[in-house]
Amino acid sequence: MKRMTSSVTLLVLASAAMFAQRKATIENVREIPFSTVPNFLKLPPGEYLGESVAVATNSKGHIFVYHRSANTRLFEFDQGGNFVKEIGSGYYGFEFSHSVRVDKDDNIWTVDEGTNMITKFSPDGKVLMVLGHRPPAVVGVQLAPPGPNVPAQKYIFCRPTDVGWDPQGNIFVSDGYCNNRVVKYDKDGRFLAQAGSEKAGKALGEFNLPHGLQVDGQGNVWVADRTNSRYQVLDNNLKPLREITNLGVGWTMCISPGPHQYAFFSNSNPNGNMPGTWDTTGEIYKAELDGTVIGRFGHPAKLPPGFQVVHMMDCRNPNEIIVGEIESWRVQKLILQKTTAKAGGAQ
Amino acid sequence: MKILMPALLAATLIATAQDAPEIKFDSVPNALQLPAGFYLGEVGGVATNSHGQIFVYTRTGHPTITIGTARPFAHGGSRLFEFDPNGRFVREVGKDTYAFMYAAQVRVDASDNIWVVDEMTNMVIKFDPQRRVAMLLGRKEESVRVPARAPSGNGAGQPTDLFDRPTDVAWDAAGNIFVADGLGNARIAKFDKDGKFVKSWGKRGTGPGEFANVRSIAVDAEGNVYAADGGNRRVQVFDNNGELKTAFTNVGNAQALCIAKGANPVLYVSNSNPPDDIDRDGEIYKLKLDGTITGKFGRAGKLPKEFGTVNAIDCRSGNTLYVGEIGNLRVQKLVLH
Repeated sequence: MKRMTSSVTLLVLASAAMFAQRKATIENVREIPFSTVPNFLKLPPGEYLGESVAVATNSKGHIFVYHRSANTRLFEFDQGGNFVKEIGSGYYGFEFSHSVRVDKDDNIWTVDEGTNMITKFSPDGKVLMVLGHRPPAVVGVQLAPPGPNVPAQKYIFCRPTDVGWDPQGNIFVSDGYCNNRVVKYDKDGRFLAQAGSEKAGKALGEFNLPHGLQVDGQGNVWVADRTNSRYQVLDNNLKPLREITNLGVGWTMCISPGPHQYAFFSNSNPNGNMPGTWDTTGEIYKAELDGTVIGRFGHPAKLPPGFQVVHMMDCRNPNEIIVGEIESWRVQKLILQKTTAKAGGAQ
Repeated sequence: MKILMPALLAATLIATAQDAPEIKFDSVPNALQLPAGFYLGEVGGVATNSHGQIFVYTRTGHPTITIGTARPFAHGGSRLFEFDPNGRFVREVGKDTYAFMYAAQVRVDASDNIWVVDEMTNMVIKFDPQRRVAMLLGRKEESVRVPARAPSGNGAGQPTDLFDRPTDVAWDAAGNIFVADGLGNARIAKFDKDGKFVKSWGKRGTGPGEFANVRSIAVDAEGNVYAADGGNRRVQVFDNNGELKTAFTNVGNAQALCIAKGANPVLYVSNSNPPDDIDRDGEIYKLKLDGTITGKFGRAGKLPKEFGTVNAIDCRSGNTLYVGEIGNLRVQKLVLH
């Protein structure tokens, strides 16, 4: 929907069509009962979360929230939700948060779409490595130029969205809003390969706004292909394996660790609460990695336990999902009723 | 209230307005005391809670644009200050939140929740009595449009909580939320107490039920909605579902409203002077809810007891009013005699 129109009616109609497409086509999925932990994150007096687009936990259960306040900030909480500290206050790579993930060694990685930078922080918050480069302010205000995207470069991102690692430590980046690719680097940050390009596309291995990324225990790369309303699975060398098209919009996903991994997919309700969208979107799906959907949970609402545009999930414990929401400036911890493997599934 | 012929009603009330008695009043000196280094900017809103604590939402400093990637990002520019009943500064609420850029209004509901309306982030923020964010309506645009977006549409907006320069918020006894939306749109949007969109009404125009803009709203005990349609120099009154009941056309550039509930409810309406002129308008009218003007006070100007583009009136406490001004960067505490 690139073309602008001044007709409100047309806009509404176009929007309605867009949202119809967001409805998941999978049916007969059982509801997984869950509860939300009240007042989960406890902020110091006078501190607030902004748009809580990014949340992740480390091996100790500490929670990292990379959020859009008046300025973008990274907060750390302990496993009980008590505020521990702020990391990176005033840091050059923070402008407009998009993702935070924690690797197996408890390093904290931030993905910022306002600086085009991905930063690896040590567990105690020191900068260890930087991917990408912030556009130099000395050039002046750079607006998105009309016309096709400029060719994607090996070490420069264009509004990157997410980061993940395979068991060998190779780094995978979804990039992003103005490139449409997934990039693989070795553990030291050297370019290895990419799938997709600056151009958006619909074929397997092409993307239209790759918006979230996870790597499973086999080293396969899962990509939330947002504007294509699907998820794609790539092998470790970024060769496409398959797509998942029946779970609504491809906004964000999470794969739990351990010997039996689960995947969670969010059919996030759209920003702006357009009419009817609360009735047909907003749910999260739990699935086996082979694609068998185990169940679903959640509905949109302004107040907990409702969701307002889930932007990121942490599923280190597959029965305790932590969700970060855009529109209610909120992080919720959801306790799911345990499910048995392959129970009640719909393929 | 029975339906009246608008022409007849207007004629009746205009005559009354000219004869409205002057209400004697005083302005309390140094009503608010700020710590060193704190300043009020243009006052979008002032409101008190049931304990007499005072909240001021003000355009301090300025929104700052930072250079990022393909988009410039905007930050800050407004702050919410809290004072005790004696006017002593207590704290800043919502410091550095994402939604504070250009103060439009602050109001406190019957349960002492504090509601802030921001005209630039297009958000309505509900803080609970513990000053925590309890609910949000609307969403800030991720970045600033350069060049600025030209006004478009007929002001009816979309059936959502996407606002365009909202100005005010009010509630009925059931907790339904009414948002004045506002200066970019020209509509009133109704939500249930949980923030789910119910309906909206109005569009840009001069006809019945249309608005030049909606600068302020207030809801009476019966759930009727009073909308300050200052650009059309009137206050329009709707029932709880947006059906037009009547209009008061004798109160000038209605910019700030307040309803004092109780056995004899009162509607205050500010005929706010434009920011570029203190030689016209400026007085505040006191009305019965049927539109009868019972008195008026004040005028435009820069001295105490004069007003510089009043944008907010708090009337919780009988004859003690708080008035927030755009032009004079201040809040006055008024005692009516």
